[in-house]
Amino acid sequence: MKLKIIIYLILLNFNIVNAETNSIDSNNIFKNLRCLICQGQSVADSNSEFAQTIKLVVKDQIKNGKSESEIYDFLVEKYGEWIVYKPPFNKVNLLLWLLPYLAFVSGGVIIFLLFKKRFNN
Amino acid sequence: MQKKIIKSFILLFIIFIIGVFFISLNKNSIYDTKGLVGQKITNVQLDHFSKNKMITEKNFKENEFTLINFWASWCAPCRDEHPILLKLNKEKNLKMLGVNFKDNKKNAKNFLIELGNPYDVLAVDNQGKQSINFGIYGIPESILINKDLIIIKKFIGPIFESDYEYIKSIVRKK
Repeated sequence: MKLKIIIYLILLNFNIVNAETNSIDSNNIFKNLRCLICQGQSVADSNSEFAQTIKLVVKDQIKNGKSESEIYDFLVEKYGEWIVYKPPFNKVNLLLWLLPYLAFVSGGVIIFLLFKKRFNN
Repeated sequence: MQKKIIKSFILLFIIFIIGVFFISLNKNSIYDTKGLVGQKITNVQLDHFSKNKMITEKNFKENEFTLINFWASWCAPCRDEHPILLKLNKEKNLKMLGVNFKDNKKNAKNFLIELGNPYDVLAVDNQGKQSINFGIYGIPESILINKDLIIIKKFIGPIFESDYEYIKSIVRKK
């Protein structure tokens, strides 16, 4: 009996953890959306008419079971990539995504070469 | 040799940074959605202004061209564009759909009585939710679509005389 209760509690715990990870945080989405009519504000920060409407639509889409990426895709289709703070990974933005890694690797190579030179000297 | 590589790398990096700044500073920083043309409008579910019925994609398919105009009685630039909308209403191949946006019904009716009704069909978007489906972010905004529901042009802000001439030239081609 005790074992059954323990197994039941473990399963229940797993369900709660899963539910938490599956639920979408609307505030997180609002923070990733740019308010198009505001100066440097996200939808989360803004109280403009546009931001309020976007919040309503995002909440509706979450209710309808849309995933976070589906919501971003919908808004990008309607307003362009500018609406999301995180640019999507595509041909146009390839350099934007790869440049930090290239800079990191190049920096490493420069440091390596400098150390090697000093060591040789 | 190593020194040369490092020097040329630093030089290239500086040229790149200057290039990025040059392009960015010469670019218009005001974003609009005028460029988002060629898309198909889907999932239209607008409430009719006075009748208990829905306006859907089917209603657009009946017309050669449709101009969807988002307006409100509280919007001052909407008054400015109104005479042009009345002129556009006379175009044969063009149907006008007005979407009354986040407005008071009584004020909206008075607005149309005062200035005239240019719309063939009048819809209402009380919460503004449907405006997102059309990519609207402020009013007045208008979208010219064809029979296949493809966006031909977006007009951000009021419609001017030059826009009238453009719309006229498009719809009269047919």
